[in-house]
This record gives sequence, C-alpha cells and structure tokens, in this order.
Amino acid sequence: MSTENITTPKIVVKDLNFYYGNYRALKDINLNIAEKMVTAFIGPSGCGKSTLLRTFNRMYQLYPKQKATGEILLDGDNVLDAKQDLNMLRAKIGMVFQKPTPFPMSIYDNIAFGVKLYENLSKHDMEARVEWALKKAALWAEVKDKLKQSGTGLSGGQQQRLCIARAIAVKPQVLLLDEPTSALDPISTAHIEKLIDELKEDFTIVIVTHNMQQAARVSDFTAYMYLGDLIEFGETSAVFTNPKRKETEDYITGRFG
Amino acid sequence: MPMFSHEARHKRQAVFDLLFRTVTRLSAFGVLALLAAIIISLVVGSMPAIHAFGLGFLTSPEWDPVNDKFGALIPIIGTLVTSGIALLIAIPVSFGIAVFLTELSPRILRRPLGIAIELLAGIPSIIYGMWGLFVFAPLFADHVEPWLNNHIGTLPYIGPFFSGPPMGIGILTASIILSIMVIPFITSVMRDVFDVVPTLLKESAYGLGATTWEVMWGVVLPYTKVGVAGGIMLGLGRALGETMAVTFVIGNAHEITRSLLMPGNSISSALANEFTEAVGDLYTSSLIELGLILFFITFVVLSIARYMLYKLGQREGSHT
Amino acid sequence: MKNIDLYTRRRIVNSLGLSVSVLAMIFGLFWLCWILLTLLEHGLPALTGAVFSKMTPPPGSSGGLVNAISGSLMMTVLGTIIGTPIGILAGTYLAEFGQRGWMAPITRFINDILLSAPSIVIGLFVYEIYVVHVKHFSGWAGALALAILVIPIVIRTTENMLRLVPSTLREAAAALGAPQWKVINFVTLRAARAGILTGVLLAVARISGETAPLLFTSLNNQFWNSNMDQPMANLPVVIFQFAMSPYEDWQRLAWAGALLITLSVLTLNILARVLFRQSATTH
Repeated sequence: MSTENITTPKIVVKDLNFYYGNYRALKDINLNIAEKMVTAFIGPSGCGKSTLLRTFNRMYQLYPKQKATGEILLDGDNVLDAKQDLNMLRAKIGMVFQKPTPFPMSIYDNIAFGVKLYENLSKHDMEARVEWALKKAALWAEVKDKLKQSGTGLSGGQQQRLCIARAIAVKPQVLLLDEPTSALDPISTAHIEKLIDELKEDFTIVIVTHNMQQAARVSDFTAYMYLGDLIEFGETSAVFTNPKRKETEDYITGRFG
Repeated sequence: MPMFSHEARHKRQAVFDLLFRTVTRLSAFGVLALLAAIIISLVVGSMPAIHAFGLGFLTSPEWDPVNDKFGALIPIIGTLVTSGIALLIAIPVSFGIAVFLTELSPRILRRPLGIAIELLAGIPSIIYGMWGLFVFAPLFADHVEPWLNNHIGTLPYIGPFFSGPPMGIGILTASIILSIMVIPFITSVMRDVFDVVPTLLKESAYGLGATTWEVMWGVVLPYTKVGVAGGIMLGLGRALGETMAVTFVIGNAHEITRSLLMPGNSISSALANEFTEAVGDLYTSSLIELGLILFFITFVVLSIARYMLYKLGQREGSHT
Repeated sequence: MKNIDLYTRRRIVNSLGLSVSVLAMIFGLFWLCWILLTLLEHGLPALTGAVFSKMTPPPGSSGGLVNAISGSLMMTVLGTIIGTPIGILAGTYLAEFGQRGWMAPITRFINDILLSAPSIVIGLFVYEIYVVHVKHFSGWAGALALAILVIPIVIRTTENMLRLVPSTLREAAAALGAPQWKVINFVTLRAARAGILTGVLLAVARISGETAPLLFTSLNNQFWNSNMDQPMANLPVVIFQFAMSPYEDWQRLAWAGALLITLSVLTLNILARVLFRQSATTH
C-alpha cells in the first residue's frame, strides 16, 4: 500500500449534513474518496456510516422525510444538485446491499437488467457482457451452465456475488458496498474480500463495515464515524496502528462499540 | 458501444413514470368513485319512497304492496335480531376455537384445523341456505323446537320468545345458520391478534403460575381487546349483509312477532324475494330504500371495525 | 386450607374453560362436516351426465344444468378479466405510490368496506345504473356486478403482497438507475406475482358462489344463451329458483348444482393456498 496523497479524489464531500425529518444524522462531513482505491467507513451502530454511503447515490431519495444539504462532487459535478439526472448518476455509481437481493428472474436476466437500461446491445454483445461481469465477480465458473435458472436458487455467497456482477455489468465508476458480507459465512466472506482487492483495479470502492478487522484487511483508507460526526480519516494502516484521536483509539481497541 | 442519447432517455423515462403513476392513481380513484356512485344511485332510486314516507319509513311496520304502503321496521328488526343472536352464539364459539388453535392444539393439527374453519367461510351462502332449508330446519322442527316450546316457552319473561309452531324455519333458525357463517371471520381475526401477543407477556403470566385459561382470559384477551372488538364488528358487518342463507330459512313474513320461532324478514331477504317481482315505482323504490338503509348500517359497522383494527395495528407498530 | 380450595377452583375453571374450547372446535368442525356430507349425500346421486349435457328443464321434466354452468363460467371469467387489472393497478398505487397524501389511506379504508359490503347492494347498484337504462337483464350486467366484487379483493391482496417485497429489492433496482415504473413492473410486481395470483384465485372462488348480485342483473334464462346482452342462466340463481320450488326434479338438480359450486369453490381455495405456500418456500 503506497502512501500517496489523494491529489485527484474521485469524490469530494463538502459540508454534508443529512436529516431524517428533524433529526440530524450526519454533521458537517468533509472527506475525499480516492480513485481506484478502497475506502472503508467504520464505527459503532447508528454512527451514520450507511447513511453517508447512501447519500452518494441519493438512495435516500426514495423516502419522503430524508434530505441532504451540502455538496458531493463526483469528478467535479455535484451529485446533490437537483438538476442531476438521478438515473444516469446511478449508472455511474453502483451499490451492493447488506442482504443479497437477486431479482426474481434468471441469472442472465439479473445481469442484463441493468445493462438494458442504458445500452442497446445485440444478443451476442449482451452475452459477452454477462460473461464478463460474472467472471469479474468470480462467479462465472459456478453458474455458466445454469444461466437460465432463477437467481434465487443460488447460495447466499453466490447470490451476493451475483449482485456484485449485476452492479459491475453497467460499468460504473464507483462501487458502494453496504456491509456486503454481514449476512455471509466466513468462507464466502473471504471470497468477496479477495474479490474487492481485484475489483479496485477498475473501480473506486467505498465499503461500509461493522467489522473492524475486515476494514483493516481490505481498505486503503478508513473513516471512523461516531454519532454522525467524522472523527478521523486517513490511510488504513495509520488509523489502525497510530490513531490521532482518542475516540478512534477507544473504538479500535474495543473499549466500546 | 451504442448508447441512447441521455436527454431523450431521461425525458422518455419521465413520461413513462408519469403515465404509470397516473394510471394507477386513476384506478385507485375508481374505488372512491365506485363508493360515491353506489351511494348516489341508491339515494336516487329511493327518492320516490323517501318523498312518500319520509322518516316514518323507518318506524312503520306496514308492508302492503297492494295499497302501496311500505315500512322498513320489520326487515330492519329482522336484520338486527338475526345478526345479534348470531353474534351472541358466534363470539364465545370463536373465542373457544381461537384459544384452541393458538394454545391447545398440537402443532401438526394447527394448520389443517385452521384451514377447515376457514373453509366454513368459503362455502357459498346459497349452500348454507339449501342445507338449512332441507336438512337443518326439519331436524330443528322435529327435535329442538318442541323442546324449546315445552321447556323454555313456559318460563316467565323469556317464554314468549321461545314459543311458537315448530315449523323449522324462522328467525332462530336463520340466526343459528348465520352464526355458523360468521364464526370463521371472527375466529380468523382473533387468531391473528392472539398470535401477535408478545410471547414474553404470556410467559410472564405463566411464570407467575397462571393456568392457561387464566392467561387467555386475563392477559391475552384484555391485551387484544381492541382487535377482538374489531373482529366482532367485522363479523357483525358480514352477518348484516348475508342474503341467501337467511332468505332460504327466515320465512319471508312481514309481521312483528315476539317469538323467535316464528318466521320473519330481513332487509336482504326481502330484497332477494321481492325485488324482481315488484311492480310499481313505489314498491321498487321502497325496496331500494331498504337497500340504502342496509348499506348505511353495514357502512357504519364496518367503519368502526376498520377503525378499531387500525388502532390495533398502530399500537403494534405494523403498517396496516 | 383456603389456599388449596382456591387452587382447586382455579384448576377446575381452567379445565372447564379448555374443555369448552375443545368443544367449540368440535362444534365448528361438526357443522363443516355435516354440510359437506349433506352436499355429497344429496348432490352426488343427482350428478348425472345429463347435468352436463342438458339444459334446465321446465318443472316436472328431467334435464340438466349445462346452460347454467356455461353462463356462470362466462360471467365469472368476464368479471375476473374486468376486475383484476383495475384491482392490481389500484393495489400497486396503494403500495408503491401511497406514502404521501390523503388518497391512499382513504382509498384503503373505502376498499376494506367495499370488501365486506353486502353483495346484494352491489347487485342493486348495477341494476340502477345499467339494467334500468338498457331496460333488460343481461350477462354484461351480471359480469359487471361480479367484477365490482372482484376489485376490492384483488386490491387488498395485491397491496399486501407488494408490501411484503423487501425494500432492499426495490433499492437494488433503483441503485442500477432503473426508473420507478420499471422497478415496479419488472422487479416488485414480479416478486409478488405468486401472491397476487393467489388473490385472484380467491376472488374467483368468492364470486363463483355469489347469488345475490346476479339476482337483479343477469337474472336467469331457461335456455341456452351465449349472447351476453340477454339474461343469462347461472348456477346460483338456478339453484335458488329450483330449491325453493316444490318440484322434486328441480330440487334434485339444485343439489347437483350446489355440489358443483362447492367443489369448485373449495378447489380454488385449496389451490390458492398451495400456490401461496409454494411461492413462500422458494423465497
């Protein structure tokens, strides 16, 4: 892991505040996400890490009483701008959730669903894209003979890799992973962590995890959050071995949380 | 890789989104429109009768097609009495069945028995009517009614309610059959609300040494009383509107009698029996006004039921 | 001493209460079995081949129920075809778009009332708005009345089934950038389709046995009629007419019809349950 500075961040978060109704869940967040690196958000339950992640692709917009103020710049464009085409934004930013969410359709159709939203591919090209996505998600070998079978018939770990393949297939620039392995067994978890390491060659990855050790294993940068505040942010190795703030040290050493 | 132009795509998707939302909205609105249409059409159809009889319609026991004099009192009383007695029978039975299914029954039997009770709700009304007329009523007339006449008909105060010629058909028969029809509805709601009582609550009671009956009667029932009341109102709403079963066995008589063993009339059975034969605007209109009254009564009862179940849902924190 | 008396009393009350409970269960089952047995006893002998090949006869002669069966089938199918799409669309509105505003809660409330409203009033309503204007009874009117009965049932089940779809599934589709109408049509509704189908089956079961709404709309027809614009024979009204009559032939046919209706209703009910349980296990 090099100690390069984040000179050209992929995402710049400026003075971000987030509200559930009147409750302020995120307080003046400022941070930069490095391109083609893995950034982890860690912190105890309720600290706002998932909330922060979900502002990046404006997932909160599905729900009436949630709103965000401030700026989130993706390659310079403000994501929170009302004029932003939400669907195009979500083409650039992909998301994988805590529980695997295969659509009720075949494995092939699951992957093709997102691609069809944006591109008009020939059957041959679509098949190639599906194969590419599944290979990138390290799932191809296991499902190549049963592409027409329902996605819900796979094991938990396979389903999650399917969801990752689905997110990758539309060729986003950023991948948001919201506790992607919390519902999986240790072996599947190991697979996915290895996958994350490979994926960061092509995608900027932000991962939320309640498992500190996972953050230490997979990420290049770590942000520690507590009750809506960003307490500390820096290179993972530094944050874990030499935290600057006492709160960070308390959390990392397990004094609470 | 060929891509759709972003602008065109965005606009097209927005149009489809709006279209879809509008179509679903219109369909939902259709439900409201339907209710309004029903009320309006019933009121319009009742106008001649309303003009002719006014409020006196509700209290007049007359029903004279020949002289065009009509009153709703007998059918209304018939509807209320049959439904009332039906509930009187159905409520304790439903409670018993619900207790059985939630606490007593062995696990494997729970589903099949539950389904069996729900099948009672699935049997069409007309089947109940036929069974009532051909099988139940004769047996009732031969075996039960003479007994009632002899043993209860002679008691003071309640005697007159239970004396009368043992014809089999009549208000009591209709009420009993109605109660059987209503039991599955009340049972179903009771089971649902009993099931969501927090196990911790029941365990606390058991932990104090309470018997099963004491837990059900003293803890579960009070805890679920709003839901139970809602379920009872739902059953009442059903009973009030029940047509075919009642029509077969109630006897279609337009007379007030005190005896439950005598034939009577309910609003729905009057409509079923007489509507297609009704000649004359006033006759038809009076029948429609009966329908309006029935709709109004069931509307009120069902609203109360819905409100109570809604309150219960709120308390549970579920979205109803 | 006093404590033991109290304890014994409590135990007696408990035993009594629980016995009453068991009795209640038996009470309920008793009626179910009695009714079903009666149906079989009177209906099976009457269920001859003629029932399916001959038409409803004038009193005193033999015949069948074929025109009534076909009329019932036609109106049931038509009523379902008309009512189901409206029900699914409205149910979708309530589940997917109904978070804000006043319309959804009120529609839900009204729908629940219509669900349990007396079906004879619905028949009266269709009579008033349709039959009176075209001045004759018809199969269309009957189908319309049945459709009005179908709609609240389908709305209720569609909404409930859509609500059961986990929100993360919707979010996953939205995260890919799918517009809302695609999320609902291709993901959410698809995920709920088994449950929605169950609702439709239950609605069909319900209207198959309904008599009251047909009394003033399709009325009845002694003969074969495939013209929807004329009064249509149907099983429930035929049963009503034949059962209340003094003629033995007619009463026999009524029992056959009753058995037919009950069998189809119970089959549909059980089918719906099996379907629903199957879909629940594959998720």
